[in-house]
Amino acid sequence: MQVTAVRYADVLVVAVKGRIDYMNAEEFRAAVLPYLEKCAAGGDQVVLDLSRLEYVSSAGLRVLMIAAKEVRARKGKLVAVSLQPVVREIFEISRFTLVFDVFESVQDALRALSPTAAAMAHTG
Amino acid sequence: MRVRFWGTRGSLPVSLTAEDIKAKIVEALLAAAGRNLKTRADVEAFVERDLPFSISHTYGGNSSCVELDVGSEQHVLCDLGTGVRSFGLNLLARKGTRAACTFHVFMSHLHWDHIMGFPFFPHAYIPGNRIVIYGCHPGMEEAFRRQHAAPCFPVDFSRLAAKVEFVRLEPGRRVRQAGLEVTPKLQLHSGDSYGYRFEHGGKAVVYSTDSEHKTDDAAATRDVVEFFRNADLVIFDAMYSLADSVSVKEDWGHSSNVVGVELCQLARAKHLCIYHHEPVHNDLKIGSVLQETLRLEEITRSDHTLHVSSAYDGLEIIV
Repeated sequence: MQVTAVRYADVLVVAVKGRIDYMNAEEFRAAVLPYLEKCAAGGDQVVLDLSRLEYVSSAGLRVLMIAAKEVRARKGKLVAVSLQPVVREIFEISRFTLVFDVFESVQDALRALSPTAAAMAHTG
Repeated sequence: MRVRFWGTRGSLPVSLTAEDIKAKIVEALLAAAGRNLKTRADVEAFVERDLPFSISHTYGGNSSCVELDVGSEQHVLCDLGTGVRSFGLNLLARKGTRAACTFHVFMSHLHWDHIMGFPFFPHAYIPGNRIVIYGCHPGMEEAFRRQHAAPCFPVDFSRLAAKVEFVRLEPGRRVRQAGLEVTPKLQLHSGDSYGYRFEHGGKAVVYSTDSEHKTDDAAATRDVVEFFRNADLVIFDAMYSLADSVSVKEDWGHSSNVVGVELCQLARAKHLCIYHHEPVHNDLKIGSVLQETLRLEEITRSDHTLHVSSAYDGLEIIV
């Protein structure tokens, strides 16, 4: 499991790769939460790019719920994008599609969150 | 071992409303339109074969009560929710009141939905019967006596004609009772609850209700997986969605279908039966949760296939 980040203006795109289960959920939590510390009203907006996330268990989803709650308390914006079919079904069955706004692509999310970030990503 | 479900609803017994019945009839007639259903046999075959269970039947509304039948003259039950009334009436219809019966009851915990059937258990009022109630909670007898006392109920516990005994078990300590090897396990629930692993004739059934599983605790997860290990049947509290169980309903003491599938897959259990249904859910909703759980098992399956079903009042599973 790997977590990396790229910044476009006020939007941080955090990419998650691999599988998250009960064995490495704590590692995932330690890796992802620092990227969310500045996700607040007037601060960063965060896009979770899950295009290379192969599987997420309940333990991994729990970490995402903690992240969503913390961000919501700071009135920040956290969205998810590019869910693989299996992960999308897991999100739907576990009702996490009610927790996160889910976009088809990073570009779609950037356009919705920040035109400046979208332009920056577009021009590369 | 035959496992019969007499009560499968969580927290509060419920019943179908007039509107619910009407909606089922409308759906059934719409599905029957244009079919050649001339005889009763045609209609019965259509109802059994072609209608979804959630239209043709109901998951039922009695609170927790499950029977384990190992072919003994003595009866083994888990919990005394309102389902025990149906169990008792069924037994009376089959055997009458003359034969003295012994009942061994294993209590998950003492919350009201798990004990509220006892004052309506007909065999408690019949002399010669013996009811042995097992559990790990210290206040078992007091809880049962209290619900019979004024102002809760008109017939005091002391007036029950059956002999009622209470036996305290120790979590983690395997005992032999009623022809079964029984191991209780402490579970996460307000005021604690206990799951039971029953073994008989090389088969294992786990009764695990009213248990919250915080799967980010790897050690606790490994513990539960060992308890479920290779079980032929796991009866599992899947009352909430995963999202609810880790947010607004966190620490309410219940689990989800998602966690049930994960734990059973890790334990290589053979059959997951989702149980303790949310009282707000109607039959259609419980049916759709089952379909989603079947799909989840399919998309997350590795080299082990887990059979998934949803408990309903009247279900019998042979293991």
